[in-house]
Amino acid sequence: MSNSDSRPRPALKLPGANALGTLLGSPKAQLGFVIVLVFILAAVFAAALAPGDPKKYVGKPNQPPSAQFLLGTNPQGKDVFRQLVWGSRLSLLIGFGSAVLMTLIAVVVGMVAGFYRGVVDDVLNFVMNLFLVIPGLPLLVLLSAYLKPGTVTIIFALAITGWAFNGRIIRAQTMSLREKDFVAAAVVSGEPGLSIIFVHILPNMVNIIVGGFIGAVTYGIMASTGLAFLGLANTADVTWGTNLFWAQNGGALMIGAWWAFLPSGLAVALVAFGLALINYGMDEITNPRLIAERNIQSVLRQARLPRMRATPVVPHEH
Amino acid sequence: MNTKPPVPEAPGSAGGPAAPLLEVRNLYVEYLTPRGPAQAVHNVSFSIGRGQVFGLAGESGCGKSTIAHSILRVLRPPAVITGGQIRVDGADVLKMQDAELEDFRWRKVAMVFQSAMNSLNPVITVGEQIDDVLIRHNRLSPAQARERSAELLKIVGIESARLKSFPHQMSGGMRQRVVIAIALALNPALLIMDEPTTALDVVVQKDILRQIQQLKAALGFSILFITHDVSLMVEFSDNMAVMYAGEVVEMAPAREIFSNPIHPYTRGLLSSFPSLQGRRRKLTGIPGSPPDLVNPPSGCKFHPRCTRCTRLETEAAPQLTEVTAGHWVAYHDGLRLTEAAA
Amino acid sequence: MRYILRRLGFYLAALAVAITINFFLPRLLPGDPAAVILGTSAAKLTPENLRAVREALGLSDAPLIQQYGLYLAHLFRGDFGISYTYFPTPVTKVIANGFVWTLLLGSVSLVLSFALGNLIGIYGSWRRGGLVDTVFPPLLIFIGSFPAFFLALGLLYAFGVKLDWLPISHAYNNRLPQGFNLPFLLSVLEHMVLPATTSVLLGIGGWALGMRNVMVSVLADDYVTMAEAKGLKQIRIMFVYAARNALLPGVTGFGIALGAILSGQVLIETVFSYPGLGFLLINSVNGRDYPLMQGLFMMITIGILAANFLVDILYTWLDPRVRTG
Repeated sequence: MSNSDSRPRPALKLPGANALGTLLGSPKAQLGFVIVLVFILAAVFAAALAPGDPKKYVGKPNQPPSAQFLLGTNPQGKDVFRQLVWGSRLSLLIGFGSAVLMTLIAVVVGMVAGFYRGVVDDVLNFVMNLFLVIPGLPLLVLLSAYLKPGTVTIIFALAITGWAFNGRIIRAQTMSLREKDFVAAAVVSGEPGLSIIFVHILPNMVNIIVGGFIGAVTYGIMASTGLAFLGLANTADVTWGTNLFWAQNGGALMIGAWWAFLPSGLAVALVAFGLALINYGMDEITNPRLIAERNIQSVLRQARLPRMRATPVVPHEH
Repeated sequence: MNTKPPVPEAPGSAGGPAAPLLEVRNLYVEYLTPRGPAQAVHNVSFSIGRGQVFGLAGESGCGKSTIAHSILRVLRPPAVITGGQIRVDGADVLKMQDAELEDFRWRKVAMVFQSAMNSLNPVITVGEQIDDVLIRHNRLSPAQARERSAELLKIVGIESARLKSFPHQMSGGMRQRVVIAIALALNPALLIMDEPTTALDVVVQKDILRQIQQLKAALGFSILFITHDVSLMVEFSDNMAVMYAGEVVEMAPAREIFSNPIHPYTRGLLSSFPSLQGRRRKLTGIPGSPPDLVNPPSGCKFHPRCTRCTRLETEAAPQLTEVTAGHWVAYHDGLRLTEAAA
Repeated sequence: MRYILRRLGFYLAALAVAITINFFLPRLLPGDPAAVILGTSAAKLTPENLRAVREALGLSDAPLIQQYGLYLAHLFRGDFGISYTYFPTPVTKVIANGFVWTLLLGSVSLVLSFALGNLIGIYGSWRRGGLVDTVFPPLLIFIGSFPAFFLALGLLYAFGVKLDWLPISHAYNNRLPQGFNLPFLLSVLEHMVLPATTSVLLGIGGWALGMRNVMVSVLADDYVTMAEAKGLKQIRIMFVYAARNALLPGVTGFGIALGAILSGQVLIETVFSYPGLGFLLINSVNGRDYPLMQGLFMMITIGILAANFLVDILYTWLDPRVRTG
């Protein structure tokens, strides 16, 4: 009996079946990496890229971009390009520095709470939920009104207000890992708690911790820029936030000096975008459901079949 | 170049005017995994006559649930049906588009899913979950649907006050009855039961199966019964097939398989479960675990776990062959048996 | 019911902690806080006012525990002292004014971004790989990457200054009589367009992406497969079976989102001089108006806690399992 549905067709081909699981498998993550890397390099090689003191008065205020001043001058007569490049140093330092601190607190508190449970968890979980509901920026504003603003102060203030979000996720993941056989076995065999946490649980949470770290960098940069714009940072420092503060302070926008505004704002947006792309791309290549969907769509495209909700029928040779 | 095994005439489809209700022919299903396509169902054919019970047995992951989901075309990505035909009452399910499928589903074929807890929507009442089928397919008004839903619950032995309950407020057995009530709402010609009682205790399990048998006698639907518990299946089914690694390895009337199993895998499976009735046997089980379906073993896929295989099994895949009338088996030894008899 | 009581207990405890933070923060100041206050705004103050302020802040030479008691007594009477920047208006009255505007702007932009974001998330995940699913996630991530104040300034410049379509500051037209009359309400609406748009543009991506992620996993759940098998209409499966369940994690995350939305709103209010709590907070910090600052932080915290509690109540209504569990 002939079967009309099994005409010979080439075998199904899958997109990048071997490259999956590596970060380079996602073009989105690649783009994100490149963007962030560009800014990190600019920060490292600031002296070579934009030689000269960014705080120095260089010429008439509010000059538009020209050969002499690549991005023009700001309302205080400072070189916008220099400010942009040098601003990346402190902005990235604050972002990454606070993220390191936030991640450290989140990992320690989250894992201890999730692993020990009982009273320890009750107390730590209460603290985490507390930090989650107490509004972050108003507390930051209050803190910076009372404390002397400075890079270190800001980093600590950001860490205190921002760690709990990741802490909660890490706690939940620790709790579920604790139920896994290999951890249960270690518990039964009497291994000390700390060794179980670091040897058995931590290595299985790298993805979550890295994802959380990337989110924390974004939070650090965004919040510190906001504070600086409000005039609550040390306005003598050069960061993207203080650049915007000075531009706003000099009324750059009202007189149409967009070049004083755009560069630093775009820099923050691009770094945040790059970081978000890395996280988004990582999810796309590690989430099995998204991989499954992509594989199906690719097969349907090859067979020139329309997308459908029902299980697709793609006859091919066996 | 197409080296398919000959399509066996499945039991219960002896041709003639009484065409089978369900006909599955040369079905292939693949899962597109990152490691490559996995052959979840490989050239499976069988059919079910009207009013009959057909059992599919095998370990979890052997493809029996995949077949059940294929019949309704509700397999989720990364599954793709890559060949074959599924005919229900003559209509080819694999040729249907989304809109056509919507009308076909539940009206002709309904399904009792594996886990009643997970197959009921947790945030709406069970009443609404019966109503919506009736409103969708029978165009009943909400009031009419509610009345009919109450009747359906009564049929499965639940008082109608329970229509307002949420799934989490019911016991496991009760939820399973609700799922059965939903399945019977449109009086389907075929009821698929995918491990319908696995999560329940033995008493509730027997109770529910007895009830289904009564309902079947009254309403006359056919059943595709899926379980890994062969002794349960033997009791319940007219014909049955045993699956291993996506393929049917043995297919025959249930009593024949019980009294005269040929394939070593069938024998292993039979000795894995205590029989509910009948003679006691020694429980031995099958050592080893199911094969990797992305890179399946050569020859007979069961050979790495088989104690009786020869070099022939490791090299050539045995074809499904009729050894005695209505008894099909994919086993070289079985072939030798028939050749000897001829 | 037990769930609601447990949550209420948590919020009361959180409130107690916030009150305590509020009490100790001024005392972290290097030197005498009263002297700092005196130094920056002594010009405006008579000794009587100063005493009242010191009292409201609970600043005195008495032992700490006694100061704390006094501070609590004032707090429960709703007495936060007199604002310097809005002298001689009591802090409570200044806050009450700002609260109305923050609540209005916040709830309008929250409802809009929640509804739009979730719809995009639901639809995108339903038609995975379709236009909505391909275009919106990267676009929304990109827009959401801008600092709130920067996006606000951009919109202000484009639509307020260059095109001159919309007002760029304040919450209503000062020249109109306030009250429930059409011209006034229209001016309120007009003033809300730019700040609310900024807030919605920033918030929408989070809801959309969150919803999309949860939908992707809910769509693989058995009850959705069963709904498909039942042959139900796509729209019913999408909303009643998939989205209704996918909404739940989003609602639990609401509390955290509220904090982020509020942070954005502080900046947006400042840019548009929108007279809400955020605008007042920044003004009070810049004017070293400590009584107002303290009162605002307290009020914002209470507001966030109350909003969280409302969300918890909403959650029990959305998820029947919590009601009886």
